[in-house]
Amino acid sequence: MSETRRQIIDNIRASLGRGPLPDGVVTQLRARISEPEQGIRPRFDQDLAERFGEKLQSVAGTLTRVATLNDVPSAIQQYLDQHQLSKNIVMSTHAVLDGIEWPEDWEIEQRPARGEDTISVTGAYAGVAETGTVAILSGTESPSTLNFLPDDHIVVIRMDQIVSHFEDLWWLLQKQDLDMPRTVNLITGPSRTADVEQTIQLGAHGPRRFHVVLVEQRE
Amino acid sequence: MNLENRSAARFKQQAASALKDNNLKTALAKAKDGFVLKRLHAVEDLDEFEAIRAEARKIKDHALSHLDFYLEEFERKVKENGGHVHWAQTPEQACALVMDIVGTEAKQVLKGKSMVSEEMGLNAALEAKGHTVVETDLGEYIIQLAHEPPSHIIAPAVHKTRDQISDLFHGEHPKYGLNERLTEVPDLVNEARQVLREKFLNSDVGITGANFLIAETGSTVIVTNEGNGDLSQILPKVHIVTASIEKVVPTLNDTATLLRLLGRSATGQEMSSYTTFSTGPKRANDHDGPEEFHVVLLDNGRSKVLGSEFQDILRCIKCGACLNHCPVYGAIGGHAYGWVYSGPMGSVLTPLIIGLENSYDLPNACSLNGRCAKVCPMSIPLPDLLRQHRFKAFQRGLTDSRTKLGLKAWAYLVTRPKLYSGLTSLAAKALALLGGSRGVLRKAPLASGWTSVRDLPVPQGQTFQQQWKKASE
Ligand code: SF4
Repeated sequence: MSETRRQIIDNIRASLGRGPLPDGVVTQLRARISEPEQGIRPRFDQDLAERFGEKLQSVAGTLTRVATLNDVPSAIQQYLDQHQLSKNIVMSTHAVLDGIEWPEDWEIEQRPARGEDTISVTGAYAGVAETGTVAILSGTESPSTLNFLPDDHIVVIRMDQIVSHFEDLWWLLQKQDLDMPRTVNLITGPSRTADVEQTIQLGAHGPRRFHVVLVEQRE
Repeated sequence: MNLENRSAARFKQQAASALKDNNLKTALAKAKDGFVLKRLHAVEDLDEFEAIRAEARKIKDHALSHLDFYLEEFERKVKENGGHVHWAQTPEQACALVMDIVGTEAKQVLKGKSMVSEEMGLNAALEAKGHTVVETDLGEYIIQLAHEPPSHIIAPAVHKTRDQISDLFHGEHPKYGLNERLTEVPDLVNEARQVLREKFLNSDVGITGANFLIAETGSTVIVTNEGNGDLSQILPKVHIVTASIEKVVPTLNDTATLLRLLGRSATGQEMSSYTTFSTGPKRANDHDGPEEFHVVLLDNGRSKVLGSEFQDILRCIKCGACLNHCPVYGAIGGHAYGWVYSGPMGSVLTPLIIGLENSYDLPNACSLNGRCAKVCPMSIPLPDLLRQHRFKAFQRGLTDSRTKLGLKAWAYLVTRPKLYSGLTSLAAKALALLGGSRGVLRKAPLASGWTSVRDLPVPQGQTFQQQWKKASE
């Protein structure tokens, strides 16, 4: 243990007017971590998917709802046409994208993103209805660069992946006994800045546009 | 204002020169209403705001009174995930630790926004060792071009007008091929995007701050809108987080509660675009992410603030709401405060970190109007803490001689009620006569320092005591 570390801890204890915490208190504190307290959840009455979509759109994100995974390519095609984008796409190997048949004329590469990439398509771990947020966990099948380097980030997510509040997201992680991945990205709309005269401008350093394809079909 | 030599001890001179700066006035006026209105709407839209606020206060108070435990727990989890935690008592120690990690090989270092790194003077330290430092938050980038420190904890370039930013790019970007003068916001943002994109892809180390440290998971959390903090940490080989020790909270759930307040209070957003939890270096099978993850924890006097009458300030989540609602900040901006932090939270925190003797004017830069405490999501009694500082300054004889003389004269008068009421009634009448029908004074005897930049509203011709008597009759 470094000397500085010891001094800081000692100073903290001296300031709090006590020594090391007694075992009983430590046990209580550990229990507070393993059985985390529930926060106060903002209440809403809407259905989860509806709330998710509404909140996402309120922060300049866009959304298409489709019935089945088979409808995903045409939904994305429409988006590409609408914004006159190329068909060069970098994609994650996320399970949700696995069974989808992509149009033959798309140039798809499954890899982390590079500086010159313009469009990415990824899956997500969950959506959070509370704020229209998408949660993406880094991992072999989901490199984080895909979420930030391209100009357009398109996320495919199934309706049964939408949870109500952030507490539910953490609960899901704990329930599945997932260790914290290197990066958890909570993404709420496209990149933006207000650093020039407080005028909001989209596309600061991350994606200029953020699009979600919400699939009604359940797993 | 001469920013090279600015200091918290020269607040008065700096404030005076800030008040004469027309660019500053324009920029601050543009910013203020936006911040205030956006926050108001976001808070009004959340029925549970007050309940969450009470909860958040409990969480932070709990974390602070067990800070030793939660810091050790945080460290244990970081290590478990393959990261490193380094401890520093002073900014110098923290700088030395960062330099050690950065090493001699690294050429270009990316910075995400970090106020703690400002406390450390990290950029200067890195540059002195030959590293190129690139600030990547657009606001931070702008002020780096201008060789200025941030003037606001969440909007570092809030003091700059669009014209000034336009000039800066025009002056500095020809080396990147910019030949025209860009004046529109989208063009300016895009220009910075192109130039910084190149830097993101070609740097060796990324340094970010942290809004929260989570004991449960050993994660550091950043909240941003641009995505610069993310590109700064997933592209370089090494990710260093600089954070002060009071940032630790127990759990992910606790963080959710605090996040519900942070965005709304800061920018009126329910969630900022990117909230990112970083835990250790990249895993064995990850295709991207940093190979090394380091957290440098800085105390810088905070452990001594614990348990003192100032402990409440350690609940601060650096949302900036108190700055945005402060009439003094709104008039002079952040640079005049002379050190890293400004506005109400800065006036409380700065004396605790650099010493009251080096910043004794700051607690006086306040009209005790109480707006800051009203909007503070962490219920920090900022005016009370400022009063505490004033009291301490007086006790220690740091108050300047004119104030002391004034207080003595006042004490003499209030202990002699007849004389007091006689004199105040005379003064009220005289001022009312001087003010005439406009009801304000442009100049007042002995108060030119006050009236050169503000109008003094004059009394109605009667003292408070006279009016009170009349009203209660
Ligand atoms: S003191 Fe309160 S209002 Fe000011 S920055 Fe800190 S948390 Fe926000």
